[in-house]
Amino acid sequence: MKDIFVLMEHRRGELRDISLEMLCGASQLGGNVVAVLLGSGVDSFAEKAAGYADKVLYVDDPMFENYNSEAYQKALSALIKEHQPGLVLIGNTAQGVDMAPALAVELGAPLVTDIIALEMEGDKPKPTRQFYGGKLNAHMTLKDAGMYILTVREATFQVGEPTKSGEIVKVENPVKEEITYRKFVEYVEPEVGEVDITQSTMLVGVGRGIREDKNLPIVEELAKVLGADLAASRAVVDAGWLPPDRQVGISGKTVKPKLYLAVGISGAFQHVTGMKGSELIVAINKDPDAPIFSIADYGIVDDLFKVVPKLTEKIKELKGA
Amino acid sequence: MNMIVCVKRVPDTAESEVHIDASGRDIDKSRLSFGINECDNYAVEEAIQIKEKLGGKVTVISLGGKENDEVIRMALAKGGDDAIRLDDPAFAGSDGFAVAKALAAAIKDLEYDIVFTGALADDDGYAVVPVALAELLGVPHATYVKDLEILEDGKRARVGRELEGGLMEYLEIELPCVLGIQTGINEPRYASFKGIKQAAKKEIVVKSAADLGLDPSEVGEAGSWAILEKFSVPEVGEMAEILQGDPEETAAKLAQILKEKGLI
Repeated sequence: MKDIFVLMEHRRGELRDISLEMLCGASQLGGNVVAVLLGSGVDSFAEKAAGYADKVLYVDDPMFENYNSEAYQKALSALIKEHQPGLVLIGNTAQGVDMAPALAVELGAPLVTDIIALEMEGDKPKPTRQFYGGKLNAHMTLKDAGMYILTVREATFQVGEPTKSGEIVKVENPVKEEITYRKFVEYVEPEVGEVDITQSTMLVGVGRGIREDKNLPIVEELAKVLGADLAASRAVVDAGWLPPDRQVGISGKTVKPKLYLAVGISGAFQHVTGMKGSELIVAINKDPDAPIFSIADYGIVDDLFKVVPKLTEKIKELKGA
Repeated sequence: MNMIVCVKRVPDTAESEVHIDASGRDIDKSRLSFGINECDNYAVEEAIQIKEKLGGKVTVISLGGKENDEVIRMALAKGGDDAIRLDDPAFAGSDGFAVAKALAAAIKDLEYDIVFTGALADDDGYAVVPVALAELLGVPHATYVKDLEILEDGKRARVGRELEGGLMEYLEIELPCVLGIQTGINEPRYASFKGIKQAAKKEIVVKSAADLGLDPSEVGEAGSWAILEKFSVPEVGEMAEILQGDPEETAAKLAQILKEKGLI
């Protein structure tokens, strides 16, 4: 089997979890695992990756201090052409998704994005991904090719103990010209709001099932009676019904309250990623197949507009008793 | 500013049950409602806002059958100027790459400063089209764009990309370019009655694979990177304990559970 390239992802001085996850996943497939690290003065990342890889290809250049898809694509495609791996794994992240399709087009390599499981048939990957917000799994067959590219969803593979000690090979930056047509400028932190939901003991998470902002009072009332804070799915924040600092999920916050009561949230993985560590998860949703029920401890399959006011009432009664 | 907006028609499955059909490779769509892909709706709004500010033209492009006209006309009603629909039986089963090839063939001879697409589709979630399309057109790109400002010279843009945790990554990009728009970048408007009436009269130019100079082997399943072999229902480890009864009963049971757990 040919080598497997795994692109290391880092941001603001941190090697991101997805990097080691993919190295561990790749190690289960057979074949040499090569970590590809593009960075500037990140020797410690190279050493960390070496614990999980058979080899680390490390390009150390100021060009790679911050992510730039164009510079990454140029460097990666040059390294791929030189080393001819059979499979390239890239994180299905805001970085990876911004580069992998262009790389695949350039190299004529079949790409499947956002995979959640992977088997091999000889040299050919057989990935599984999801459709319809996680409601169905799709089993994909790639076109025959000499090399394949996959972007891997975060937490698809678990990080184990470092058992390897791959050789760290510093290679010259194959990108000679300055990239002028796309330049990194700065990072801007998300705004901080009045409530820090990562510190809340209890959260009532509101999803698109609430339908209109004029319906918010019924969940506000529930949260008030419980002594919980309100959190939201992306849809509710996009619609402007709750402020961005209430958003839970990949692009929002990761929360671990004692209780997460999901109201009208279907449970797409983007949201679930941010709240699955909650101690007790309860979901109210009218769709019995909503993915949220697979991670919830308790569920009510019904119309939230009927259940939530009743729940508020019952909690009030118990509190009064 | 001349802008092109690519829009997709998708089933609304966020709050509906999804059932695999007899083929095993598609879903039963008979009871689903359809509309514009969510990110694409924000992409349309972004293009129209720029047109209102800087002038120019907005061309709407969609790949699909006549049923897509509804989605196209809604974008026209909001302020789009003209429209192209890419329609050919050969497009069936296209993945993001095959769609990007058809779009690139339609766009390459048009004059444009920015091509907008949604960052990802609600149905397949591939998130391939904007980045693959840019590579095919040979222009720079950015995706997960949640902030956009055209700089004064009109030749560059300041683009904010949304990263994990809500962190924004700002970059400067040269036009022409392709931008994959993330939801929440703006507040999409509703079409006015007048706009809808005007849009109903506009011509939607229909182009086949042959019109685009594409061989059937380049598009559809034949031209895709990957084929969907079959769907399955995700295995659930431990399902939630579903509380049974009418709302009165389920609410009472849940309140009791919360009390027992010391949460009330």
